[in-house]
Amino acid sequence: MTPSAVSASAAATSVPPLDVAAVRADFPVLARTVHEGKPLVYLDSAATSQKPRQVLQAMDSYYELHNANVHRGVHALAEEATALYEGARDKVAAFLGAAREEVVFTKNSTEALNLVANVLAWGAGPYLVGPGDEVLVTEMEHHSNIVPWQLLCERTGATLRWIGITDDGRLDLSRLDELLTERTKVVSLVHVSNILGTVNPVAQIAARAKAVSGALVVVDASQAVPQLPYDVAALAQAGVDLVAFTGHKMLGPTGIGVLWGRREVLEELPPFLGGGEMISVVTMAGSTYAALPHKFEAGTPPIAEAVGLGAAVDYLTGLGMERVAAHEQALTAYALERLSEVDGLRVIGPATPVDRGGAVSFVLDTARGPVHSHDVGQVLDAQGVAVRVGNHCARPVCDRFGVPATTRASFYVYSTTDEVDALVAGLAKVKEWFG
Amino acid sequence: MSVEALYQEIILDHYRNPRRKGLRDPFTTEAHHVNPTCGDEVTLRVRVSGGGDAAVIEDVSYSGEGCSISQASTSVLTELLTGRSVAEGMQVADAFLALMQGTGAGDEDVLGDGVAFAGVARYPARVKCALLGWMAWKDATARAVASGADDKQEAVR
Repeated sequence: MTPSAVSASAAATSVPPLDVAAVRADFPVLARTVHEGKPLVYLDSAATSQKPRQVLQAMDSYYELHNANVHRGVHALAEEATALYEGARDKVAAFLGAAREEVVFTKNSTEALNLVANVLAWGAGPYLVGPGDEVLVTEMEHHSNIVPWQLLCERTGATLRWIGITDDGRLDLSRLDELLTERTKVVSLVHVSNILGTVNPVAQIAARAKAVSGALVVVDASQAVPQLPYDVAALAQAGVDLVAFTGHKMLGPTGIGVLWGRREVLEELPPFLGGGEMISVVTMAGSTYAALPHKFEAGTPPIAEAVGLGAAVDYLTGLGMERVAAHEQALTAYALERLSEVDGLRVIGPATPVDRGGAVSFVLDTARGPVHSHDVGQVLDAQGVAVRVGNHCARPVCDRFGVPATTRASFYVYSTTDEVDALVAGLAKVKEWFG
Repeated sequence: MSVEALYQEIILDHYRNPRRKGLRDPFTTEAHHVNPTCGDEVTLRVRVSGGGDAAVIEDVSYSGEGCSISQASTSVLTELLTGRSVAEGMQVADAFLALMQGTGAGDEDVLGDGVAFAGVARYPARVKCALLGWMAWKDATARAVASGADDKQEAVR
């Protein structure tokens, strides 16, 4: 596979820059003010992105004109709703370079990861996890890619192991040969860290895992699919089996996520939730299950949300993911440079924009001592600058770097260098209060 | 709503110069509370003498890390409650909780420096910070009283 298919190095290729002013005009919320007239400086897109008018209108139009339950209906609205819902799946599949049967809609990334971690304890297929097996994750994971695996290990008697983090915020692959054993049944890792920003070499790790034990390889792509050109076919060739991501971080609504899986893997895995839609034939004596992807979609799905995600994918495709990645890369480089000018500020994560996504976490020290991220965030908020504070659902990372919490600024297609400047100016105010 | 209304000088003073900080022996019970979203933590010890209605808070000591609001609030707590009866202390804690929930006006005679936290009620995300030490105190004290502790000088966890 070509590295550019799945890594930030795509951003290095020369593409015309995004017209950020035009992009911003599509996002109504960016025009509002907070705290008595301060322009909103939204630097919290890694938590959730804002939504363009095109997404909002697609969802409104669905409810105003086409609302019905999907599948099983023969009336006009049911046909239209089904076409819109399944059409959204086609859009997501095309966006990922996947077959439509391999795209399962879930509630979010967390549900997608839990789906996998649950069904691996069930049934009798080749992926069944049992006593003595090992599950390998990393210290860099969001809690949603740690806790489901801890639960799986508790239930099955498997052992959880993890890849550590280097001082500069990269995965420490020096011990990978020890950590990957013939007992390794699952490897699950984050593609782009939500707290450190690190872009991990998932293809390389997947290939090693496959070579050592043929482990199932799961990727949490919650921060990756929104930022990078994504090609699951290329990842599958390297050994990746399943990819989880969520709609609301990529301009779509909340309540819709995606589990992509290689067809052979999804076919082997047992169903997750039981109910309507996921069955073929139900009798009192037993049931058979629907074909992919509906086998994993029990109950009425989030139809309007899928339609919104489809519109988000259209919007991103219109911008061009190469350009989205280049914009993210350029802003991250600018932010790292500007933040390095702030006395007492320490970036937690890679200090250079190489193989790095657009989430920049930092801690701030003054002559009086460290300023807690809550206090940093509060003073920034008073100036209209929205950042995230705390441990970002990645407490092991905070522990690794010996900090209770960090302040995180994160960017997206509508973010500007002026907003980075506003952050830096805001930090000067923080120092006036707490320095 | 200005940041000035939140970060009252009294709060910053308690944050910069915490009163009665540090874990001390002897103590009756200890509680460790965390705010999982932000990583704030407090370990708080109480020494209670006497039992029932006569129970008295002899000492409150603590260690922890966290934001200015959580640290200042715990500092204020130790000043307000040390030396009072447990019954009075519970009333003060209830008054502080009411202030944070916006259901109480905040009587300076009852809450002392605690009234400076009135602005926190308008920042729901920070209310948990302000209550961290108070919840740990209630937890530890309730257990101290329930155990009928009369200066046991041991940790009941």
